[in-house]
Amino acid sequence: MENKCAIEMKGITKRFGKVVANDSIDLSIYSGEILALLGENGSGKTTLMNMLSGIYQPDEGKIFKDGQEIYIRSPREAYQYGIGMIHQHYKLVEVFTAAQNVILGLDDEKLDLAKTEGKVKEIASRYGFDIDPSMKVYDMSVSQKQTVEIIKVLYRGASILVLDEPTAVLTPQETQKLFRILKNMREDGKAIIIITHKLNEVMEVSDKVAVLRKGRYVGTVETRNTNPQALTDMMVGHAVMLNIDRPKYEKPEEKLIVEHLTVLDQEGVKRLDDVSFTAKTGEILGIAGISGSGQKELLEAITGLYPIKNGSIRFVREKGKEVELMGLPPKRIRQEGVGMAFVPEDRLGMGLVGSMGMTGNMLLRSWRKGKGLLVEKKEPEELAKKIWEELEVVTPGTNYPVRRLSGGNVQKVLVGREIASQPEVLLTAYAVRGLDINTSYTIYNLLTEEKMKGVAVVYVGEDLDVLLELSDRILVLCGGQVAGIVDARSATKEEIGLMMTQFVTKEE
Amino acid sequence: MSQEKRIPFVRLAKRAEMDRKKVWLIRISSIFVAFILGSIPMMLTGSNPIEAYSVIISGSLSRPVYIRQTVKIAIPLLGCALAIAPCFKMRFWNIGAEGQITMGAMVSTYFALFFVKKVPNLPFLPDGSPNVTLLLIMLVSGAVAGGIWGLIPAFFKAKWNTNETLFTLMMNYIAIGIVAWLQGGPWEGRKGSQLIPMFDKSARLPDVFGVNCGWIIVLVLVVLMYIYMSRTKQGYEIAVIGDSVNTARYAGMNVGYIIMRTMFISGAISGLVGFLIVSGSNYTLYSGVANNVGFTAITVAWLSQLNSFAMIIISMILAVLDKGANTLQTRMGVPASIADIITGILLFAMLSSEFFINYKLVFRRSDKKEVSA
Amino acid sequence: MTTLVALIVAAVTFGTVLMYGTLGEILTEKSGNLNLGVEGIMYMGGAFGLAGAFYYEKTAGAMASGPFAITIAILTAFLAGAAASLIYSFLTITLRTNQNVTGLALSIFGTGVGQFVGEFMRVSEGGYVALGNNLKNAFSATIFPDFLVSIPVVGSILFSHTVFFYLAIVVAILMYIFLTKTKKGLYLTAVGESQSTADAAGINITKYKYLATVIGGGISAIGGMVYIMTTAGCVWNHEGLSGVGWLAVALVIFCMWRPLNAIWGSVLFGAMMIMYLRVSLPFVPTEIYKILPYVVTVIVLILTSMRNSRDKQPPASLGINYFREER
Repeated sequence: MENKCAIEMKGITKRFGKVVANDSIDLSIYSGEILALLGENGSGKTTLMNMLSGIYQPDEGKIFKDGQEIYIRSPREAYQYGIGMIHQHYKLVEVFTAAQNVILGLDDEKLDLAKTEGKVKEIASRYGFDIDPSMKVYDMSVSQKQTVEIIKVLYRGASILVLDEPTAVLTPQETQKLFRILKNMREDGKAIIIITHKLNEVMEVSDKVAVLRKGRYVGTVETRNTNPQALTDMMVGHAVMLNIDRPKYEKPEEKLIVEHLTVLDQEGVKRLDDVSFTAKTGEILGIAGISGSGQKELLEAITGLYPIKNGSIRFVREKGKEVELMGLPPKRIRQEGVGMAFVPEDRLGMGLVGSMGMTGNMLLRSWRKGKGLLVEKKEPEELAKKIWEELEVVTPGTNYPVRRLSGGNVQKVLVGREIASQPEVLLTAYAVRGLDINTSYTIYNLLTEEKMKGVAVVYVGEDLDVLLELSDRILVLCGGQVAGIVDARSATKEEIGLMMTQFVTKEE
Repeated sequence: MSQEKRIPFVRLAKRAEMDRKKVWLIRISSIFVAFILGSIPMMLTGSNPIEAYSVIISGSLSRPVYIRQTVKIAIPLLGCALAIAPCFKMRFWNIGAEGQITMGAMVSTYFALFFVKKVPNLPFLPDGSPNVTLLLIMLVSGAVAGGIWGLIPAFFKAKWNTNETLFTLMMNYIAIGIVAWLQGGPWEGRKGSQLIPMFDKSARLPDVFGVNCGWIIVLVLVVLMYIYMSRTKQGYEIAVIGDSVNTARYAGMNVGYIIMRTMFISGAISGLVGFLIVSGSNYTLYSGVANNVGFTAITVAWLSQLNSFAMIIISMILAVLDKGANTLQTRMGVPASIADIITGILLFAMLSSEFFINYKLVFRRSDKKEVSA
Repeated sequence: MTTLVALIVAAVTFGTVLMYGTLGEILTEKSGNLNLGVEGIMYMGGAFGLAGAFYYEKTAGAMASGPFAITIAILTAFLAGAAASLIYSFLTITLRTNQNVTGLALSIFGTGVGQFVGEFMRVSEGGYVALGNNLKNAFSATIFPDFLVSIPVVGSILFSHTVFFYLAIVVAILMYIFLTKTKKGLYLTAVGESQSTADAAGINITKYKYLATVIGGGISAIGGMVYIMTTAGCVWNHEGLSGVGWLAVALVIFCMWRPLNAIWGSVLFGAMMIMYLRVSLPFVPTEIYKILPYVVTVIVLILTSMRNSRDKQPPASLGINYFREER
């Protein structure tokens, strides 16, 4: 069967400031086909698709539909061209029913919910959705909400559907159901693009795979002519030498023992499932995994910020005495004298106080110090000055709101403070995200220095090259479970890539 | 189609930071704009605005007597604005100061009415002088009462995230209603008068420089609140919560407890203001004892950017308007409610000025036109 | 029995005032704007409504017609309230000022303007501003014929009220239809629930917020006028009007943001507010009745937050300003 080319993107380039998110990308999308857009975090998949759905406009390049050049300037215009995108974060009004959400923003139609519900049911039965159009969104599961989003797009007559990591929030059963629906839509002649980095899903559902790497287009292959290994190679590329210094610590000892850790989120979904590992002094334990595999929950559970269903988190004191941390709030953990530092992912929303200066942020660790009612600002002020100087933070002064600093400087303040607390365990989440090369290396060096002081460092990262060169061991998370723990000195990028996507599990 | 259409002629963007001088220039000019706008209703009634403004100034500041009366108006306003500052810093929208004042006033009055003969004064004070012991009891009990009144909505906020704006608002009218009942019922003086008897001389705050000593208490509070907010551990906790609840949790703060504690303190200060009003100026209690001070003080606190010292200035400006407008009514026949109108306009203008400090308007660059086809 | 009937009739009279205030604020809050200026808006409605009717009577003299005077009073009150809300809308929607503070400022401003207009009229007209008996009766007369009104019990309860009561019910029903049966109503609800969702769906949220707030303010203001022209007997009376606006805000919560609930809710609140004059229960001081509406509202507020029922919540974006780039 010869399929018609629905959309063609040619030479698409998109820059955000100095960062080139998409670099001259060509992509053709055919009707009656499922195209998987594959790539690591930050490879530019979502950016590219956002240009198709009218959220961004390309800086360079052209988009053609049926041979005609088109300009898509808003999601509304995208609909007019038959393009609909289902984003990762659903935009639904919680107190509305499915049908009410579906007609939101459709101006050329009278409000006739019965008719809308009928039409929704019709769409649902055509593609095999399971949905009650009069159900309120707040009563829905994540998968049902996703269904509403997809129907919203179909209701508007979209013939080209873009789904941004649709399976990230679904259970395996729900994923299977979604795939059946996608295949039904393909039979109906729709062009479907799914953004993903899960290889098994790519192999299962797609007809073709287009791969992006670091903002560049690597190529498109037919799924039946390829295999996960080849796709991984395309996705991660050849290992890049970063020349991160990795000295070896003499005698690592167990410092933090995590056993059978399971946590549930507010909806009762398992975010971590029976996770066990140990972090040792004098080593950097890298944590790899596609985003949302439980990294955030793991670190927050250890620091007492995330409620734990069951399991055990033990901190090993000198002379082998262990302290159970599970169930302790952050304050108690500190009172126990457990030297734990945490650089969270959300720097300004969790790690720092944006409206305060460096001094005020240093206080975040030490404000309880001293007996009186007053805070002692002298020490934090000195610490702020020290970090300002040693880490070369660019700021007009130690009282200048950190919110106004650039991302790299914000991170220096945060990491600087956490390290200054002389921790025994240092947890970091995406410590170099959004930072330039120089600052990134500053952070790597700081972490390695800590390691050599005998600190147990946990480094949650997304760049496999960095993980492989910086860490001593790498724990791979996949869907909240430990897919394996490998020696970073001998592991390969492909191996880890496959573990992340649940093709291989390996025990140490 | 042209790319042009996408870019609106003018759009809004957040401003990085404006230098201090310019910020104050904008704020001060907004005050001027407000006074110009405020002259419109004056002209509508056929008065000369310049004359009217000078009457307002002279009627409130030209003689020591006037100044004293003006300060008397400013005292509760300033005190209550101080009370509101920590809540607003924490982004807890306490609009229940009105009720907290009323409760404070009520409980202070209870002791003033029923304990006046029972509490011995300090031994070394001469007969006929204010009963210091009693006044202290009134002060503390008023503060505690106001604090508890503030604690109730905070408890529900901490426990079930109950909307504090609406809750505190309702608490105002419950407090006022209770006092209205006391006024016509159990505490009524002469039967049928609907009035609570005047306080005994010993339960009245002494004057210092012709104004009840409440002004000293409030000025002390200004300094204390400044120190509390900028130097203490609790003030630090409040600021962190106001910035990000997640950061506060990360730093090991017990957010619910801090919300309750802060509201207790805030309510207590409002309750203290209630004590100052009944014991320092009204010498009795009635349901309208708070007289909208709790509401106006919110605007004072907000416009002062929660800075204690700026509150002195803003509350004085509003007090001048209030006092001066009374003179205006007697001298020029302009209704005294002009004070509320000008206050309102002043608030509108100063609120709007923050927009120009925080946002900037970005105009479409003309060179874009050439780019588009 | 007669006491009860009299109580109901009086409750309806005061309840009518509340109903307008509440319905207007429901519409406003549905758009996500928490306008705490209702108190000021109702003052302005009262003063300008009175002024409209009064100056109309002055111009028309003996020719003045009741229905026309009523129309003018409604219009002037509505416009005054709409103008006041326009200030609020401009500040909060366009200039993104804090809603609580702006609402309170509007309260101060509006009560000032209402007072000012009321007093100014009194001063400029030489001491006393009141409508002639003719018009006064027109404002407080029922629209139903005598034989209906004189039916025992039922007549008084159903047919003896002023035109404003029946009009308010019409407004409530229309608002109910608008919010639940029309597309624009659905969009407005979407704006109040999630501004970013509505924005993403291509709904002009600025337009919806402005219109809902301005029209809502106009409706609230009519309540102030109704108070002055019926309960207060066509004379400016700021003391009686004080607190009514806040009661309306409470009633919005009590009604769970539903216009139809406002019909019985306002009569119930009206009853609680005037009960002290008519019903005395043993051991319960009558003055305490007056705080019942607020106590009940607090209980409703607590219960809804505890039960966390998703349908019975304030509009989710109530009190929050929206700036698209801040998502």
